Amino acid sequence: MQPTFTWSGVAPALPEIYLAAAICVLLMVEVFFGERRRGLTGTLTLLAIAGGAALTLACAQVDARVTLFSGMYVADPLGTVLKLFAFLFLALALLYSRAYLEQRDILRGEFYVLALSALLGVFVLVSANSLLSVYIGVELLALSVYAMVAFDRTSGVAAESAMKYFVLGAIASGTLIYGMSMVYGLSGTLRLDDLAARLTEAPSLGLVLGLVFIVVAVGFKFGAVPFHMWLPDVYHGAPTAVTLFIATVPKIAYFALAFRLLAYGLGGLTGSWTQMLAVLAVLSLVVGTVIALAQTNIKRLLAYSAVANVGFLLLGFVAGTPTGYGAALYYMLAYVIVTLAGFGVVVVASRRGFEADELEHYKGFHARDPMLALSMMVVMFSTAGVPPFIGFWAKLRIIEALWETGHLWLVIIAAAASVVGLFYYLRVVKLMYFDAVPAGLPATEKRTGVRFALGLNALAVLALGVVPNPLLELCERLLG
Amino acid sequence: MLIQILFYGFSLVLVAAALGVIAARNPVHSVLSLVLCFVTSAAIWLLFEAEFLAVVLVLVYVGAVMVLFLFVVMMLNVDFEQLRGGFTRYAWLGWITAAVVIVEIVGVVTAKRLGVDVSRGAAPLPADYSNTEALGHVLYTEYVYAFELAGMLLLVAIVAAITLTMRRRVGLKVQNVSRQVSVKPGDRVRLVKMPAEKRQ
Repeated sequence: MQPTFTWSGVAPALPEIYLAAAICVLLMVEVFFGERRRGLTGTLTLLAIAGGAALTLACAQVDARVTLFSGMYVADPLGTVLKLFAFLFLALALLYSRAYLEQRDILRGEFYVLALSALLGVFVLVSANSLLSVYIGVELLALSVYAMVAFDRTSGVAAESAMKYFVLGAIASGTLIYGMSMVYGLSGTLRLDDLAARLTEAPSLGLVLGLVFIVVAVGFKFGAVPFHMWLPDVYHGAPTAVTLFIATVPKIAYFALAFRLLAYGLGGLTGSWTQMLAVLAVLSLVVGTVIALAQTNIKRLLAYSAVANVGFLLLGFVAGTPTGYGAALYYMLAYVIVTLAGFGVVVVASRRGFEADELEHYKGFHARDPMLALSMMVVMFSTAGVPPFIGFWAKLRIIEALWETGHLWLVIIAAAASVVGLFYYLRVVKLMYFDAVPAGLPATEKRTGVRFALGLNALAVLALGVVPNPLLELCERLLG
Repeated sequence: MLIQILFYGFSLVLVAAALGVIAARNPVHSVLSLVLCFVTSAAIWLLFEAEFLAVVLVLVYVGAVMVLFLFVVMMLNVDFEQLRGGFTRYAWLGWITAAVVIVEIVGVVTAKRLGVDVSRGAAPLPADYSNTEALGHVLYTEYVYAFELAGMLLLVAIVAAITLTMRRRVGLKVQNVSRQVSVKPGDRVRLVKMPAEKRQ
């Protein structure tokens, strides 16, 4: 007896199928027309993303939870929403980075193909319902990202950071699959929903050991201390356009990894992994915040800020309640929206032969380019958690969720880290608005389309902060 | 009975070849012993009625991976003296690993006490049973999602490898056949009209 494939049996997975087909088509387009028309693949990629978003919306799961492919794939409202956000974030990242790639002569079709394959990895993770699909999603995403970091072959720094990322990432993949093999061996199932149903009693020692390895891998992917070593080097060494990408879109996948694998599949071990994540989160908050104080390079500054933010995000998981997961989801989305604008400014402020990546370059930025300076100020205020912006609500929700579950100490540490963090975020604002312009900086380029998108992005940071409820309620409904 | 003779024969060759891999002084001999290891392992898999895995092992490992190994060993002038210098510093790690492996082997051999009888083996499968067909059925039905994604993963690996290594060097002298064929006399020979010289 063989299972048969019907249309209804694969239709919910159309976004992934569409994306795989789009990757192949774009690869062919690049082969035959890429040499003659440089920007063609980029334009087609944006069109493909628009088409994919429409398709995802068309086959969206409103209320149901459907599993396909012998339970390896799950289609649910959370997956649909995360995929739509991933499309949006990728489109913005590609839009911002196009001129940057052109200026450095690395505007090649492969960049877009790799970005889309990374997106496919994100999708696989977002819809994963089996340890196997989780692992393949992680690998698909990681492999594409390694290649993107090394994309500028003339840059030695990029090659070095890609190598670091690759070697450390391979170890993380190893720990992930090692932990998975223990969990599989002791539970007898690869499916996450079966796993959730079976792990109801007190966990055996072997399961907890497997869990440790999985948590290490999740911590590495997020860049949580002490597995954060790769993050500043990769953010710093990669071309800024790639940094913009890896700082934003994959975060969706890592949230999905933590949620599907830990909160859902290994939900029976919540008591164990929340303690492990609490250690990672506190260390990330402290180390990320303290080291960020000493940075002179804005890419490294944002990298350590990412570490501290990951600490906050993980605290949402530490709460171990649906409210906590909802807060973590909201935090992740808010962080990605803000980071898109932050690295967007760095990308747009650079030009051929000039990287605007030192804090030095932002002295008197307001006098040189008021619009970009304003966007950057919004980013800094929001990341610092100043009230009218979205970052404030994100931090507040996490702290509320921790308060409800009685994690008083974590609340205090999170609040203290936020206060210390204020210093270096506001220092950037001070540099931009109150310092004199150093001599010898090239003028920024006027590119109306990108600036418009960036302005909207910064405006969204403010608007979603003034009217936080729709997104907040969406997150709560998805995970409630 | 015949199967047991074959099994022990192949196993002996396998163990001897495995010893050869680590004992040979010449790295080329090591690689060749490894090839022998793979071939005898494939034969043992054949005895277990896992013919697909046996064929894949020979095709992929012996055919592709080991040939690559051989090329690397023979082409690159690796200084093995230098490579092996300080090797004994890690001997304690080797001893620990060996001890763990021995404990594990003893555990497997005495697994009967755990209620698992490994000595009997599985019942032989019917004559028309095809291991390849069974794997194909599972791969294209139950695991089709993971299988296709693994294909995408390989595609990404190819794209990434080519992106990172293929470069069109400037000033490379390559033939352009169509231009060569469509060349006209005027492109190559310049006819110059000049007055005849007077005879000296």
